[in-house]
Amino acid sequence: MTDLLKLSGVHTHIGRYHILQGIDLTVPQGQTTMLLGRNGAGKTTTLRTIMGLWQASKGEISLAGMRIDSRATPDIALLGVGYVPESMAVFSDLTVKENLVLAARDGPLDDAQLDWIFGFFPALRRFWLSRAGSLSGGQKQMLSIARAIIEPRKLLLIDEPTKGLAPAIVMALIECLKEIKRKGATILLVEQNFFAARELGDNVLVMDNGTIVHRGEMAALAADVPLQERLLGLSLEAHQ
Amino acid sequence: MMILSGDPPRSRVLTLVLVLIILALAATPFLFPGAKALNVAAKICVFAALVASYDLLLGYTGSVSFAHTMFYGIGSYAIAIALYGMGPNWAAVATGIVVGLPLAALLALAIGLFSLRVAAIFFAMITLAVASAFQVLASQLSWLTGGEDGRSFQLPELLRPGTVLISKNLFGFEVNGRILTYYLVFAISAVMILALLRVVNSPFGRVLQAIRENRFRAEALGFRTVFHLTYANCLAALVAASAGILNALWLRYAGPDTSLSFSIMLDILLMVVIGGMGTIYGAIIGATIFILAQNYLQSLMGVASKAASEAGLPLLPGLLHPDRWLLWLGLLFIASVYFFPTGVVGRLRNRGGDKSAGTSH
Amino acid sequence: MTELAANDPLPKPKRDIAPILLPVALALVVIPLVGSPSTWLTLTAASLAMGMMIFIMASGLTLVFGLMDVLNFGHGAFIAVGAYVATLVLAPFAASIQADSLWTNLAVLAPAALLSMAVSGALGLIVERVLILPVYGQHLKQILMTTGGLIVAEQGLYALWGPQIIPMPLPTSLRGSFIFGDVAIAKYRVLATLIGLAVFIAIQLVLNRTKLGLLIRAGVENREMVEALGYRIRRLFLGVFMTGSALAGLGGVMWALYREQVHASMSDDLTVLIFIVVIIGGLGSIGGCFIGAILVAMVANYGGFLVPKLALVSNILLMVAILMWRPRGLYAVTSR
Repeated sequence: MTDLLKLSGVHTHIGRYHILQGIDLTVPQGQTTMLLGRNGAGKTTTLRTIMGLWQASKGEISLAGMRIDSRATPDIALLGVGYVPESMAVFSDLTVKENLVLAARDGPLDDAQLDWIFGFFPALRRFWLSRAGSLSGGQKQMLSIARAIIEPRKLLLIDEPTKGLAPAIVMALIECLKEIKRKGATILLVEQNFFAARELGDNVLVMDNGTIVHRGEMAALAADVPLQERLLGLSLEAHQ
Repeated sequence: MMILSGDPPRSRVLTLVLVLIILALAATPFLFPGAKALNVAAKICVFAALVASYDLLLGYTGSVSFAHTMFYGIGSYAIAIALYGMGPNWAAVATGIVVGLPLAALLALAIGLFSLRVAAIFFAMITLAVASAFQVLASQLSWLTGGEDGRSFQLPELLRPGTVLISKNLFGFEVNGRILTYYLVFAISAVMILALLRVVNSPFGRVLQAIRENRFRAEALGFRTVFHLTYANCLAALVAASAGILNALWLRYAGPDTSLSFSIMLDILLMVVIGGMGTIYGAIIGATIFILAQNYLQSLMGVASKAASEAGLPLLPGLLHPDRWLLWLGLLFIASVYFFPTGVVGRLRNRGGDKSAGTSH
Repeated sequence: MTELAANDPLPKPKRDIAPILLPVALALVVIPLVGSPSTWLTLTAASLAMGMMIFIMASGLTLVFGLMDVLNFGHGAFIAVGAYVATLVLAPFAASIQADSLWTNLAVLAPAALLSMAVSGALGLIVERVLILPVYGQHLKQILMTTGGLIVAEQGLYALWGPQIIPMPLPTSLRGSFIFGDVAIAKYRVLATLIGLAVFIAIQLVLNRTKLGLLIRAGVENREMVEALGYRIRRLFLGVFMTGSALAGLGGVMWALYREQVHASMSDDLTVLIFIVVIIGGLGSIGGCFIGAILVAMVANYGGFLVPKLALVSNILLMVAILMWRPRGLYAVTSR
């Protein structure tokens, strides 16, 4: 098992605040790695730092053995990293189609790929020419994920896709992510919803105060209720 | 230290320069005879106060206003119109003050409340628009303001040049009404600058700086930022209007070019940035450098321009023409924003390294 | 009922047409005030022409702000530079300008306008690299740097061309008016309106029909996400900045011909108008900028006719009124 993504000793400062305080983590090729932790632990900052949206002040980030920590965001994206931010960040003034056209960097949309995506997200086909801003929250999330998988990516960074969604939509989303997994995608997934994490994760990382406090197999954590309580007590309480 | 509100210059060189400037200004009527020197000195005093009040906005709250000359103009015109209409008496002076200052404060309040209600980035643009409209208004209401010609007026008896207060034979100098007016300008400007120094070092001043650093954080800490910013805006407007009053009294005239034009606004910006934003002292340094350059650099450039044109150099005569002195100050301005955003004062403080004295921010 | 399978219709996207109706309503409301229909038509034509010229000058500024959060206080300099550069062509070929042939006139006018756009655009490149890039993301310094740039550009123009006003006569074939019954509409205003419309349509086509346009619109909304999709937005921004500068140059030529004179201080008055337009329209919105420009021009023309004393102040009142209605302008497109 090779590691696709590797962070060692990564520190990130935002203004005067020292957010990431030495992150070491690896994301193995072809697996889904869950990044858990309470609010403010630094999960989103970790994803943004990998994506180059914040500059790491110290440490190394490498993708498939190549250093990416001093590269600009577009270059990192071009290396094959797809990003689904917490806020979804669909371009609301653009149509669903236009959102996907922009995401398909290598030219025209591929029909087979589109059909595959429409398979998960029929709503996107129905609202193909509607403004993305008029979609519901769940539909926006789907569009945001569709944008990240419209072209094959080496690595997907997905930030809390289930946040704020109704339970039925969460279930559908989990099915979709499982399907993406089956296709062999490597995913680093931030999640507060422990149910979703248990369903999707192969491995798990738990963050607190800007460092990784636990790493292991998802199944092991799922089976160990006291450990869950200790590591995630706060986040579980807050997100029941 | 009391008089400086616990915020001394914090650099030996800076202290020396400031003391020299202030002594020179204080002694100008006796050291440098002639009308020009006195005019330059008075202008430095007025502008030091005006620029310091602008620094309260730019340096301490981080908001760029282009309406500062408007308040300056309100002060100038208020006193000019009062003295023009009511004749040269003290009641007119009082009327100008009583009308001008509240008017400036009210307008600042209105602008503040309005533009702080809309997106913050609009502030600079809105103040620019309002100021230019005011300028047009002032030139159109010519029955009141004298239009493009402005208003010339007489000062009360006591302040006239012809009034000899201390005759020449005492110290070899004659102290007349003109010199008394100069000291009035000098003293009031000094008091206003010291008052501003007190304001920025008060708890209120620290809140302003907190807002400048991070408005959201300041709001989260429970400060009513709109209130604080509007209050700062009004204070700055009051000082600017007072500076305008002094300016009009000194010139015995108020008109669009001397008190309202956009180029004065640019001059203020240049002075505050070159002197050093967020220091108050920078205003004194900036005003001194700028006004000396305005009055003496030009003649230097004239000589250089002449030499260049006699030597047959292309372009240089145009670039060095005395009227183009602003070109060079503009370049200096850009360079100082880029290379030393803290201006002369920040530069001297960093070099002087005398950090033990004074409070830290 | 999952939303994935849901077949319930999507709520119809609300088309926000109130701002579009605003200039129409304004034009209708003033009819009884103006009285004579022919005067009203002339004023309306003048408003459209003036509005189009202001739109051309302002469009770049609003996009530049929307895309990169850059507020260029020196935008007016491109206007003045454009106008001065046009004199380089127009002065030597004064004879062709005076010739009473549309084609001879245009043969001089078009290269003059193109040269102006090229020079303004190139100046835009320098300004972006030298004044804006070093202070990226810092509003205060941006405003100061670009204001400094405005001072230097204005003084540079004086140094090169001298402080006097340079006349810029309108080509002979563009003088005079089209007469319809008792309505007279100046030919040049028609031309200006047509050019303005062409620029507006071209911008709309690029923004809506090309991938480049999609990127610009997406970037106005969320530039980080555009970068995260793998696009180098800085280059895009430089392109937009240079285009906006070139358009300001074009607007400068048109304005100078409209006023038949060139002076470096023209940028000061226009900057104020442009700012008002951009604020009214909503920073970053081309449609809002278009409507805002027409509104400002209408207020100036109708207002100038009805209450001449209030000419410039009326624009402030317009701005205040609109911001009271919509504090972020007619169309708020950016999330900032």
